[in-house]
Amino acid sequence: MININLNFFATLRSFLPDSPKNMEIPEGTCVKDLVAEFGIPETDVKLIFINGKKQLPSYELKHNDRVGIFPPVGGG
Amino acid sequence: MTGWVSSRRWGEDDKVDTMDMKKRYARNFQSISLSEQALLADTRVCVVGLGGLGGGVVEMLARIGIGTLDLVDGDVFDETNLNRQLLSTEQGIGTSKARAARERVAAINSTVKVHDFHAFLNRENAHEIMGSAHVVVDCLDSIGSRFLLQDLARSRGIPLVSGAIAGTSGQVTVIYPEDPGFQLIYGDPRGHQAEGIEKQLGNLPHCALLVASLQCSEVIKVVLGNGEVLRNRLLICDLMTNTFEVMELV
Repeated sequence: MININLNFFATLRSFLPDSPKNMEIPEGTCVKDLVAEFGIPETDVKLIFINGKKQLPSYELKHNDRVGIFPPVGGG
Repeated sequence: MTGWVSSRRWGEDDKVDTMDMKKRYARNFQSISLSEQALLADTRVCVVGLGGLGGGVVEMLARIGIGTLDLVDGDVFDETNLNRQLLSTEQGIGTSKARAARERVAAINSTVKVHDFHAFLNRENAHEIMGSAHVVVDCLDSIGSRFLLQDLARSRGIPLVSGAIAGTSGQVTVIYPEDPGFQLIYGDPRGHQAEGIEKQLGNLPHCALLVASLQCSEVIKVVLGNGEVLRNRLLICDLMTNTFEVMELV
């Protein structure tokens, strides 16, 4: 198992687990697996940042990764 | 990195202007030098969208001393604008946003030249509206129109400063003509959603004006060629959790 730090923004905040800062997940888990696990609609996942850098849903998570998921924002 | 606009210094011929400028912009100095102030005065910025973001951007660019503003919006004010759009007033319901922007700039800094366009930017009118701008500011309210604006700015070699908001969240980036731009943020332009989560969360005044301030900061840095510009990076903020992060897009 590995630990990650999760942060979901805006409308996605409601999908956050109780202890997002130190979440335990199986090794080999990809971001898209997390998205499916939490039941987040794929169209709401517009930007995935790992340790401050944009990544694809296929990114395989590593121990101590800081994960940020951001929905599409277009208002003015 | 040098500024996007060629530099000039005020000389003896500008003595009267210089005296006026020294008073008007006294509180800009020393954060901005006299020669940098002159550069701002020689700069032309096109602001596309004059709502929550655009109203704040126009107010700040006029006050700091951008010399020429091209102000674009084909819309008129309605009651739903009053919660956040600085240019909207109860008396102004039903009137042109572009006209209100021109009048606001004239009231706060009559040295600024203003060209107001009561029109929505498209491929046919783009050259007339933004053809002479040094920087374009994206204050639009839909994802689809942002891709069009990016195309129009890119084809004219103009850097684009973009901001977007939804609820208590916002984002800002700077796109130069050769950069990938919105594709990195919104995905493939052919498959993007027309609207973001703002349809669920609405738009709040404090978030709109925060993001407008960040956009103005980027405009000034692009023009003066100083500081760290958000090129190929996205500043994300979420006021509910006081999160401010700059993410690498490439």
